[in-house]
Formats: sequence, structure tokens, C-alpha cells
Amino acid sequence: MTLPNRSKIEAKGVSVFYGDNQAIRDVSLNIDQDRVTAFIGPSGCGKSTFLRTLNRMNDTIAGARVEGEIRLDGDDIYASGMDVVELRARVGMVFQKPNPFPKSIYENVAYGARIHGLARSREALDAVVEQALTRAGLWNEVKDRLKDSGTALSGGQQQRLCIARAIAVDPEVILMDEPCSALDPIATARIEELIHELRGRYAIAIVTHNMQQAARVSQVTAFFHMGQLVEHGDTAQLFTSPREERTKDYITGRYG
Amino acid sequence: MNSAVPADERRRRLRQRHAAERRFRLAGAAAVLISAGFLLFLLATMVSGGLRGFTRTQIALPVDFAAAGLPLDPGQLEGREGAASLAGAGFEGLTDHAAIAAFGPHGARLLSDAAWISVRNAVRRDPSLLARRAVIQVPAASGIDIAFKGRGTPEAEAEVASLARRSAISSHFNAALFSAADSTDAAAVGVWGALKGSLLTMAVTLGLAFPVGVLAALYLEEYAPRNRWTDLIEVSINNLAAVPSIIFGLLGLALFLNTLGLPRSAPLVGGLTLALMTMPVIVIAGRNAIKGVPPSIRDAALAVGASPVQVVFHHVLPLALPGILTGTIIGMARALGETAPLLMIGMRAFVAAPPDRLTDPATALPVQIFLWSDEVNRGFVEKTSAAILVLLFVLLAMNGLAVYLRNRLETRW
Ligand SMILES: Nc1ncnc2c1ncn2[C@@H]1O[C@H](COP(=O)(O)OP(=O)(O)O)[C@@H](O)[C@H]1O
Ligand SMILES: [Mg+2]
Repeated sequence: MTLPNRSKIEAKGVSVFYGDNQAIRDVSLNIDQDRVTAFIGPSGCGKSTFLRTLNRMNDTIAGARVEGEIRLDGDDIYASGMDVVELRARVGMVFQKPNPFPKSIYENVAYGARIHGLARSREALDAVVEQALTRAGLWNEVKDRLKDSGTALSGGQQQRLCIARAIAVDPEVILMDEPCSALDPIATARIEELIHELRGRYAIAIVTHNMQQAARVSQVTAFFHMGQLVEHGDTAQLFTSPREERTKDYITGRYG
Repeated sequence: MNSAVPADERRRRLRQRHAAERRFRLAGAAAVLISAGFLLFLLATMVSGGLRGFTRTQIALPVDFAAAGLPLDPGQLEGREGAASLAGAGFEGLTDHAAIAAFGPHGARLLSDAAWISVRNAVRRDPSLLARRAVIQVPAASGIDIAFKGRGTPEAEAEVASLARRSAISSHFNAALFSAADSTDAAAVGVWGALKGSLLTMAVTLGLAFPVGVLAALYLEEYAPRNRWTDLIEVSINNLAAVPSIIFGLLGLALFLNTLGLPRSAPLVGGLTLALMTMPVIVIAGRNAIKGVPPSIRDAALAVGASPVQVVFHHVLPLALPGILTGTIIGMARALGETAPLLMIGMRAFVAAPPDRLTDPATALPVQIFLWSDEVNRGFVEKTSAAILVLLFVLLAMNGLAVYLRNRLETRW
């Protein structure tokens, strides 16, 4: 595969602290525009923490501190001039547990577009909602019941609704934190398919503890262990011929 | 496994355990029965005593308006001038004379002090009465009222019997109870003045305690850093909710009356004082409701780029609202039943006219109940019970509203 490796996000020497506890140690990693990047590693190794630095969701945790440099299209996102609200509109996020708002399906998707003023009229908003739901592969299932509550959908549908909600804001990057860990295999397969379809349009980083999933959906894989980035590179290569002993131990199931 | 314990020993233990469970269940049922019994007793006494307060005894009083020659022009009883001429027309004397003429030398004592008002109102309704004789229904004196309801003194019973022989006495719905205020005459009192005072007071309380309480709860939950100062504030608020209400009355007296010089006995001051008392309740209920909003909803909103204020007003507050409203209504119900702080700020005065403004002298329902229960005149007993029924009804309605709102607005996940 010879896609151009244009970096969307560049992280350099990133460390994250929760109070006195260091959760991420000096991680440097790029997220490519056109390739899906998967973060793997044992539970508690800091995958979620690192992912959350990329849209500054760690700001909401009292006592969390980020050091180092993270650039989105070359702009330092932790610079004082960076507006967090605008950053999060550019870098969307999907969480481990589907968390639709307890509002209608339509409102769930329209909310982001509305607060960012992306649609000037009712028709424009309808169009945004339809496009986002279509891209999230949910439109055909819900087009006749947009007024129903988002929480009444099945788990897999809820997660796709959350993806639609992120897409509706027209982001450049989508971060996913174990988006399938609460879903059954069929719903998981649908999300993985969706990730393939979204690739290229959005830069995507996905956390997963499931190595098969990383192998299926990503082109680049980063292996974290105890807050460190042990190894990262082409997914196929990392799984077939890891450079590091620790990576090999992990992918052969020595710990997990 | 536990073969060391013989079978009959195990059976004995099992029996003991079952007996203990049965005893516990019985004790619980007994506790429920006792409290239900007390509640029933309270309701039964209130209703049996109070229902009599909702009727009043009327006497058919023949009045010869033509002979009395009142200085009134039948065509000009409307408006302000009409009211003035009616006020100066001497209806009190006319009514007394009519009573003496109809029922003998003690006749005037059979009627309520407010009987002349019924006569005057009859004339205002129908000015043509001025030219003839007419029979007017007027309220009976308190003693007669009690005797007609079956609990009077022997003399009053005799009077009632003689009135009944002439078919001049009857029982009617006591509409005055819901339109009049306090009076020295038990037959003429109403709860409307006190109820209106309570409503005005509650409006002030709600208007101040709700926004301040909710904003304080939001700030403490969503914005305040967790440190020793916020811990201190939290402890203070919890303590404030437990402070006896009379202390708030003293605070209101010192702050609003003595320092700020606001008028005594006014619903404004009563409302402010009760707001001090209700605020901590709303803050605590509000914080619990806000804590109950799942963090994942906040994350979801922040992740699509909502600002912290948008997160609060678009998501947290709407989801916490049922809990906040329930807490508010319960706090308001408590404030509505509160007497002690209102006594301290002078809302115990005798107020014969329902208040129209927040600064008019007023009293409140529970204070009115307290005042009437203290009256020597026996006619006040049933009015006290009637007022208690009205208060209980309002409280019940408020609690019903709280349950309705909770069920209606609650989000199911
Ligand atoms: N909100 C938090 N406060 C304090 N420590 C945290 C918090 N979130 C995560 N941690 C700690 O940071 C480390 C990395 O956690 P996390 O990023 O959630 O790991 P992963 O997603 O790889 O399972 C863990 O040791 C965890 O205990
Ligand atoms: Mg995680």
C-alpha cells in the first residue's frame, strides 16, 4: 500500500500526569490523514489517556496535566491561543460506552451542528442530519423514526448514532475509544465496516484491546505498555514481525 | 459438607431463623399500623370538626326598607360615590332595629356582627329593595351558629328552637370562608386573607430561593474547585438546612426589619425569611440531582464542542430538573407550613383585609391557625379545623404536583 503518509496530528514528547501519577511517558506519535491508527496494549497502559490528549478531553479531569507538544495541522493545540471548543469541533470523539443524549435521534445528530451554527435553516439542518446518519450507516434504519429517543435504539445503533453525532459537526479527525467493547459481534462488524468507509474522509485513531480488530481496521498500529509507546508502525508488519520483545509477548498472548 | 452439625440441630436453627424473621415482619407491620392509626385519627378529628366550618347558619331577617327611609338614591349606588353613600347610610342601625322588631329585645344579639354587610350587599345588588319590605338572609351570631350545629349552650339552643319554629334559620355553604379574612366575630371569619398572605409569601420565597439555590448548586457541582473552602461551604449548607426555623425568624427580624427597615408583617419580609430557610434545601436537592446526571452525557456534549455553559444549560440542567423541582416543592411545602419564623417578623398581627401588595400587612395560613386556636370564643374551634383542612389540602396538592412532575419529566435511560 502506498498511500501518502501525510500527518494530521503530530505528538512530540507527550507526558500526562494524574496528580503525581504519570500515566503517559514521553510519547511521540503521528496520526496520519489517510490511514487508520490503532492503539493497542494491556488495560491501564494509557491508551485512553493518550487518545484524550488529542482533543483535550483530559482538561475536564481535575489534576490532569499534559506536557509536550501536540500539533493539529501544525498548530499547537495546547497553545494559549487555541480555543478548546473549536478544537473539539475539529477533533470529534466516540466513547467506549454508547452515550447518546436522552433526546430524539434527530436532536442527537443536529445538536453539534446547531451549537456551531453549521446550518442556517431548517432544511439545511435536515440535510446535515441526513448526511451524517447516512455516512454512519444508520439512515435507512432510523429515517422513519427520527423523533424517537436515541436511547431506545440497540447498542450498536446507539454507537453509530454517536458516530453520526460526531460526523455532523464536520470534524477533520475522529477519535474512538474502544467503540465496540460494549457491542455484540454483529454490531462490531458493522462499526468496523463503517470505519473502512470513513477512512480517507477523516483521520481516525481507534483504541482497542482486541488485536484482531486492530488488524482488521487499521493500517498503523501503536503498542503501548505502562505509559510508554513501545513500538508503532505498519499494522501487518507489527503483527507479523514485531521489533520489540514486549510487543511480541503481547501479541502472542503472554499478557493482556 | 458440614457433617459435624447434626440434622436436628440444623432444623432447630432453621426454625429459630424463621421465627426471628416472622417477629421482625410483625414488628414492621405494627409500626406501619401505628403511624397509619395516628394519621387516620388526625384526619378524622380535623374533618369532623372542620367540615362544620364550611357551612354557616343564616337567619331570615325581615327588613322594612321603605319605613326606615335610608338617605339613599336607588339610581346612584354604583361606583365610588355609591360606595360612599352606602357606607354612610346607617345599615348597622337598620339591621339592629329590624332584628329587634322581628325577634324581640335580644334580637340583635342573634345576628353576626357582620349581618349588616349582607343587608347592604342585598341593597347594592337590587336597589329596588329600598322601596319595600324584604326578607334578607344574614349570618347568625357565633353562639347561634354553634347551637344550630348541635353543640350550643341551653340559652342558645332555646333561641334556635324558637327561630326554627318560625322557619327563620337555615344552614348554607360558608362562601365567606373563602372570601373574607380575620375578624373578631367567629361567624364572619374567612381563610382567604391568610391563604392570600401565604401565596404572596410563597411567591417571594420561590422567586428568591429557586434561582439562587439552583445557581449555587450548579456552581458548587460544575465549577467550584474541590478544596478546603468548598468543603467548608458544603458543611455549612448542610448545617443550615438543619437549623431550627425560629432562628431564621430572628435573622429575618434583625436583617430585614431592623437593618433594612422593611415593613413589618409584610409577605415580602416573610417570603425573604422563608427563602433563607428554603435555599439550603434547594441547594442540597439540586446538587444531588446534578450529581445524578451521568458524566458520560457531559463527555458527549463536550466532545462535540459544547462550551461548559452549554453543557450545563443544554444537558445537565434539563436532566436534573425533575430532581430539582421535587426538592424545591418539598422545601416550599415545608416553608408553607412554617409558623415560628413568621411570628418573629410580625406576621401574627390581626389583619382584617386580604393583602393586595407584597408590602401590605398580612398573615399566613399556619399563623392564622395558631391565632384562632388561641381564641376563647368557641366559634373559632371549627374555623381552626376548617383552616387546617385548607392548609392540608394545599400541602397535599403541592406534594401531588411534585410526584406528577417527577413522573412526567423523569428521563428513562
Ligand atoms: N481520571 C483519572 N484519574 C486518575 N488516574 C487515571 C484517570 N484515568 C486513568 N487514570 C490512570 O491512568 C492510567 C492509564 O489509564 P487509561 O488511559 O484509562 O488506560 P487504558 O485506556 O489503556 O486502559 C491508569 O493507571 C489509570 O489508573
Ligand atoms: Mg481505556
